[in-house]
Amino acid sequence: MAVKDWQVVIGLEVHAQLSSKTKMFSSDSTEFGQEVNKNTSPTSLGLPGALPTINKKAVELGVKMGLALNCNIRKNFTFSRKNYFYPDLPKAYQISQHTDPVCEKGYLEIFFNGEFKKIAIERAHLEEDAGKSLHKQGATLVDFNRSGVPLLEIVSEAVLTSPKEAAEYSRQMRQLLIYTEVCDGNLQEGSMRCDCNISLCKPGEPWGTKVEIKNINSFKFIEKALEYEIKRQAKALESGETIIQETRLYDVKNNVTVEMRKKEDAHDYRYFPDPDLLPVNLTDKEINSCKESLTELPMQKIKRFIKDYKLKAEDAFLIAQDKKFADFFEQVATKSKNFKLSYNFMMGDVLKYMNEEKKEVGALIFSSSQLAELISLVDTEVISGKIAKSVFLDMTKNGKNPLTIVEEKSLKQITNEAEILNFIKESLKNFDKQLQDYKNGQVKLFGFFVGEAMKASKGKINPALLNKLLKKYLDE
Amino acid sequence: MSLVNKSVYELKNSLEKKEINSVELSESLLSHSQKHNKKINAIISFNPKLLDQAKESDKRRATNTLKGELDGIPIIAKDMFCTKGLKTTAASKMLENFIPPYSSTVVKNLQNAGALILGKANQDEFAMGGTNEHSYFGNCLNPWNTDYVSGGSSGGSAASVSSGFSPLSLGTDTGGSVREPAHFCGVVGIKPTYGRLSRYGVISFASSLDQPGIMGKKVKDVALTLELASSYDNKDATSSNCKVPSFSKNINSNIKTKKIGLLLPEDGIETDIVNKFNDVKNLLNKEACKLVPIKFSYLSNVACVYHIIASSEASSNLARYDGVRYGYSADFSKNSAKDLMDFYSTSRAEAFGKEVKRRILLGTYVLSSGYYDAYYKKACQLRYLIAQEFKKIFQSVDCILLPVSGGVALKLEANKNNVEKTYNHDWLTVGANLAGLPALSVPVGFSSNGLPIGLQLMSSHFQEQTILDIALNIEENLQVYKKQNSFCS
Repeated sequence: MAVKDWQVVIGLEVHAQLSSKTKMFSSDSTEFGQEVNKNTSPTSLGLPGALPTINKKAVELGVKMGLALNCNIRKNFTFSRKNYFYPDLPKAYQISQHTDPVCEKGYLEIFFNGEFKKIAIERAHLEEDAGKSLHKQGATLVDFNRSGVPLLEIVSEAVLTSPKEAAEYSRQMRQLLIYTEVCDGNLQEGSMRCDCNISLCKPGEPWGTKVEIKNINSFKFIEKALEYEIKRQAKALESGETIIQETRLYDVKNNVTVEMRKKEDAHDYRYFPDPDLLPVNLTDKEINSCKESLTELPMQKIKRFIKDYKLKAEDAFLIAQDKKFADFFEQVATKSKNFKLSYNFMMGDVLKYMNEEKKEVGALIFSSSQLAELISLVDTEVISGKIAKSVFLDMTKNGKNPLTIVEEKSLKQITNEAEILNFIKESLKNFDKQLQDYKNGQVKLFGFFVGEAMKASKGKINPALLNKLLKKYLDE
Repeated sequence: MSLVNKSVYELKNSLEKKEINSVELSESLLSHSQKHNKKINAIISFNPKLLDQAKESDKRRATNTLKGELDGIPIIAKDMFCTKGLKTTAASKMLENFIPPYSSTVVKNLQNAGALILGKANQDEFAMGGTNEHSYFGNCLNPWNTDYVSGGSSGGSAASVSSGFSPLSLGTDTGGSVREPAHFCGVVGIKPTYGRLSRYGVISFASSLDQPGIMGKKVKDVALTLELASSYDNKDATSSNCKVPSFSKNINSNIKTKKIGLLLPEDGIETDIVNKFNDVKNLLNKEACKLVPIKFSYLSNVACVYHIIASSEASSNLARYDGVRYGYSADFSKNSAKDLMDFYSTSRAEAFGKEVKRRILLGTYVLSSGYYDAYYKKACQLRYLIAQEFKKIFQSVDCILLPVSGGVALKLEANKNNVEKTYNHDWLTVGANLAGLPALSVPVGFSSNGLPIGLQLMSSHFQEQTILDIALNIEENLQVYKKQNSFCS
């Protein structure tokens, strides 16, 4: 059997750092990149007698994300202790949720392989992060700045069927987290991390033992790690080995997964309700205010763009990637009324410019109205699409209105037939031989003549009219 | 004039009239307690800055800038209370040299009222025990007879007040740890409603049961101190924002028409205590209280429920003492640790005492997968039923009168090697903790062998005033405080 003969099932646990200024159970700052152990207090250091208190803002963010994931929100829930010893875990337990997560049974709708697909979410729960071990000069040091940072762990059902789909799911999860402002989605700073669970089986047979790959912080690595893991498991199964339940780590350098710990070493976490914290009771009002704080979600936007702006699903998906960019498109499209041209311009010239100049939407010096005006100028054939590109470049430099630029540089399209005819005649003067060749059947030269006429007019002739008149002129 | 053995109100009065100053008072109490501490071992460490702080208090008094009602009065805190800059050991080798960078809210509140910390009291290690025989710093002995235990876990707090080391002390009560030593040593000890006093900065034993408590020789002193120590604390999620009444102003020994439930179990109570119980019953009857005999269905289960829950929480609360960041760390300079687990277990094995280890093991066991439902969960269900039964009782009575314990102070090592007996010893006190109810122990007399006897009063949530009023009435009628032990002079 080959890899393709195995059926694959994947479940993902996404850990998203909630965008709260303070920690989950203390008032320490969550600011990234601070001096080591600066963002700490007796509570986040686990000193004797220090107690946790619940960060309401973090709870609200968790509820907000749950609503964005179409989850049932639990009005009454508890925090539990997950007990295990590790140097980066100062209390020797992590405050998390166990049997009653704040969010349950939802889905994330993704667009993948040209189709819309709902990926079931089993649960999303609130918890605190651990500190960070730093291995230096043979010693292990611990930085507790991250200790207690609020996290939302979003657990999918085991329903993803390929590494690509898993990577796409997490990419779109990140997009939703950013859209809702629940998490900044910063992968380098570890604001979003993934654990992948994967198991294989032959079609028609029950699923094999699951293996977990922990702590991946890039979509590319999710895909690569899972691809490697499929190969590894398929090979093992085909040579009659049994897969053991274990936790593995992805080695980026060698593109392999390596054993971290076996199931028999797994902890009995002895979860029990944290007696330092009272159960949380959310009111309908609080849940409603989380609901109201939700703006349009990416998938809602995509579907609306398809409907309102007649975009293809693929195009709508692409342009909705970034919320501000999508908003900008929408303003341009609405004002210019030419949706297709607006889309093409945004995804073409605007995006290219932003990428080259590494600029965000907020940093653009031209407004959506100005861009809409430019598109209207093309739409009403005042200028050609080609001229529009150069006008756009001027706009990025001086922020002037497109019409002003067109007038200042007299870039208006030439639509007067007599004038056009003059350009044709003038430009063909020196090309008697080519004219002869054309008449003898080298019709390909037509494009050459178009180019010459355009050149002569500095690109201002209306291309359609030029085509029509040139053809007529040559055929006479 | 001897300043030992005076009540808080007497001292306040003398300070106000400038008959004494805080330095004199502090010097007097310090030398008194240092002299007698050698015999009863009630104090683990003295505050080296006490006299400086007393000087500051005297300055405040001279400039009319007093902090509050306890300004200049030395008190003693159990070594479970974090005191900024002062060693806080929980009577454990694990924290032998731990100096907290912050103070517990209760200590802060009392310091804000001007109180000075004289020293830190001995106790059972991490408050686990009822005899103060489980301290890394040695047993705290009963000042009425040093062949007997002081009780626990707040043995040092009770013994020091009883011996006149200070008019007040702080204890903690997880299953009777304030009330039982108060009964054994003949002082007043209150465990208020769960949530009344902040737990922030008090070393945790069992979070859902722990509650700081106050001990003193006089009921009024305790009422005043409870009032000053109470506050809503946003650092403790279980702190209550229920209004703090002025216990000291409201206190009233007129208890006419109060309905009192009498809970005297048929078995397990020594005759001396039964007799005192009946004396008090007659007294309350004379005071025109309505007396109703009551029963409590779970008396034979409460200790089990308590020990399962308390040990479960303790096993997790004490896991932070791993030798990594602070506290005791095993010496691996000669033979390095085999692995991380070896590092942890060696440090913990060397630094925790036997009783603490027993409870950690017990708690770990009952929380383990496969045992959780049979023990922890069942105990939580029973706890709910126990609370419900109390609720029902308090629909018809204002207060319950019951013994604190089946007997008076035990002889040292009396229950050595009998864990079951030791654990069942708390059967009359743990109910208040399981249900979060306020309860106090008030001295009512002495046994035939000269050891103190206290009785317990319980009321419903946040009704501390009721039990303080009744305790004051008993105190005024019986005047037990007039008899002093030999360490008071």
